[in-house]
Amino acid sequence: MKLPLRFLVPALAFAVLVGFFVVGLKRDPGEIPSPLIGKPAPAFALESLGDPARVVGPTDFAGRPWLLNVWATWCGGCRQEHDALLAIAERNRVPIMGLNWRDDRALALRWLAELGNPYDSVAYDPEGRTAIDWGVYGAPETFLIDGSGRVVKKHIGPISLDVWDREFLPLLGTAEVGP
Amino acid sequence: MIRVSALLACLALAPLAGAVDSGQRFEDPVEQSRYERVIRDLRCLVCRSESIADSNAPLAADLRREVETLMRAGRSDEEIYAFMTERYGDFILLQPPVAPRTWLLWAAPVLFLAGGLAVVLVVVRRRARAAKANPAALDEEPDRP
Repeated sequence: MKLPLRFLVPALAFAVLVGFFVVGLKRDPGEIPSPLIGKPAPAFALESLGDPARVVGPTDFAGRPWLLNVWATWCGGCRQEHDALLAIAERNRVPIMGLNWRDDRALALRWLAELGNPYDSVAYDPEGRTAIDWGVYGAPETFLIDGSGRVVKKHIGPISLDVWDREFLPLLGTAEVGP
Repeated sequence: MIRVSALLACLALAPLAGAVDSGQRFEDPVEQSRYERVIRDLRCLVCRSESIADSNAPLAADLRREVETLMRAGRSDEEIYAFMTERYGDFILLQPPVAPRTWLLWAAPVLFLAGGLAVVLVVVRRRARAAKANPAALDEEPDRP
């Protein structure tokens, strides 16, 4: 039996369309892949949130893996992930640097005093200049930088212990030790 | 007819009404229009379907300021687009670049048109053949939607 073309062609086109939709459904349109992955971490030297006289930046962690967490007091997702960040800090696998993005210093300091401080240091970026270098488009975002200074992972949205264990820990391997 | 043209005129002006950043940034009108063109080419990553020229988002304001800074530093359009894609990926360009992985995307309109033409050609030929074989049948064929 030979199927007529007028049946076969639309059926084939439909199958192709379904293929595209299936792939599209499995992707999260909210996540824009970062071109930074595998590249050296963008350099910066910013005022410390707590001490304007102190300068903090990626060079503080030379040779060690570390975490950069972009946050702000106006960001709801940051409040949501805060307890997870505290727990990750408690596990002490990697130092965590905060990047306080487009925020007010006094508000940010009060937030840390009230909710607890998971950060080893916090860079203060009220104008969002450094955030642009890191391709930040919405807080919270969390980057993992390896011992050679390369960005190896970006997590967009609130982090959880589950995400930490599943997506971050395997990248750290067993040889790496916290501070 | 007047109503239609009035509507068309309104639609044509609509994108201008949406522009958030109407402030003069450059004294030189050539630079100002270059600035306006560049920010219209860059996507606001928070709002997705808007350019940073049209968006009120704080990030869009930061990116506009960045474009201005880069222009004042003497960077070319290409260098500004490269600066943005190095940080945010191709997604920040409202017009995707032509590259092997976007060939299908760019070719799609042509492919669809070619597909449609092929179908039309097949149908027309078949009808012509049927008409030649049996001219009387043509008149009897009922109209189909």
